[in-house]
Amino acid sequence: MPQPLNYLKETASQTAGPYVHIGLIPAMAGFDIFEKNFSNVLVTPDAKGERITLEGRVLDGSGSPLRDVLLEIWQANAAGRYNHPADRSAGAVGEEFRGWGRAGSDFESGLVTFETIKPGAIVDRAGRKCAPHVNIWIVARGINIGLNTRLYFSDEEAANAADPVLNLVEPPVRRKTLIATRSERAGKVVYSFTINLQGPEETVFFDV
Amino acid sequence: MILSTDRARSRPQGETTPMNAQAPASRDPRLNSPEPFTPRDGGFFQRDRTIHPPAYAPGYKSSVLRSPRQALLSIENSVSEITGPVFGHNDLGPLDNDLIRNYAKDGDPVGERIIVHGRVLDETGRGVPNTLVEFWQANAGGRYRHKKDTYLAPVDPNFGGCGRALTDDAGYYYFRTVKPGPYPWRNFVNSWRPAHIHFSVFGSGFAQRLITQMYFEGDPLIPICPILTTIPDKDALDRLVAPLDLNASIPLDSLAYRFDIVLRGQRSTYFENRPEGN
Repeated sequence: MPQPLNYLKETASQTAGPYVHIGLIPAMAGFDIFEKNFSNVLVTPDAKGERITLEGRVLDGSGSPLRDVLLEIWQANAAGRYNHPADRSAGAVGEEFRGWGRAGSDFESGLVTFETIKPGAIVDRAGRKCAPHVNIWIVARGINIGLNTRLYFSDEEAANAADPVLNLVEPPVRRKTLIATRSERAGKVVYSFTINLQGPEETVFFDV
Repeated sequence: MILSTDRARSRPQGETTPMNAQAPASRDPRLNSPEPFTPRDGGFFQRDRTIHPPAYAPGYKSSVLRSPRQALLSIENSVSEITGPVFGHNDLGPLDNDLIRNYAKDGDPVGERIIVHGRVLDETGRGVPNTLVEFWQANAGGRYRHKKDTYLAPVDPNFGGCGRALTDDAGYYYFRTVKPGPYPWRNFVNSWRPAHIHFSVFGSGFAQRLITQMYFEGDPLIPICPILTTIPDKDALDRLVAPLDLNASIPLDSLAYRFDIVLRGQRSTYFENRPEGN
């Protein structure tokens, strides 16, 4: 017998269920309990970069919006730097932008919004430049294991065309499922997205 | 890059360049790096999806319309995946890990007083320090404090049902609560959830993000739960069941259950001078 490897096994995932708000966004469950709460507002007064709103829905296989879904986003700052010690790139990082937020969908419309800044391009470990993007993690009742996807930006056509991850998506027609559309509304920049869990427009999800 | 360097060096001397060869790409600056070869790239072990529930698990009916049907696109960990949000004690309040007191209005909540404790580890067995663990649950009667829960069991005026903790340097966490009750739900007409506590864990990188549920040793509803039985691997299911831990109980006060959580393993630390497990 060879030597045993003795790795542990990852704990199995279970659905977040319909009442995920209690633990993660208690105000949405209808009560106030913590002194400090996490939110969908990533931007702070001192954060550098273009102020943007991300606004979207998650649709099920019937095309109906999930009204009990929770999204988390994780992104680099405007300099393309993640606020984490494992990012050893050169861009400046500070306490004014954590780069993470969470939002529950509206119980009526299913709309999910984040107030953040547009991230800069990052450099991957092979030295390749990656188009600006926001990492998304999705949990809800009926979702057995959190879904990972990304949002890219419609006004970054050249960077998107060269992005090493977007270029892995086959067939290429599916790449557009990852691109949020820029518009301006009352002077504010809004990027709109739709995440389709199923169907001909099914969003690309990643096994990261 | 090591391989291509070796290949370049092993090319026979005097080999001529083919006429159609392109100009050589500029030399990768990392080839001049003084850093020695290291397996420590900070990436996570590939997730073993055979121990997780599949997205489409028709016995759990809500998954039918909410399960992606295309294959997931597998991508190697980049800086986007090996990094993740960093939390600290400033994010928490002093009662956040005490569900018996953090919503108490005029007394303690009703129910069996319990302590839940354990370690957050990764697949290498290292503790995951300073990581945020969040938990939520129904009250002792199986009722959630949530505006969408309509179960006839009453809410407890002294119980909120949520809390959070930051693991210590060894990955250890603990909290105090009351044991949640089982409750009925609309899957089959007589489906009941075993008593459980929901857990949300971050780890050090966003690719380790995990939500799961802890169950209680001896609960007869466990083997017939349509959500628990989405897990295809018997051992993986058993690892969600916390044993009674009498040694950790407080005599004449609270029983205790032990629940260790394992996140994806990490090939290593980011910096040679950082403690292991980061």
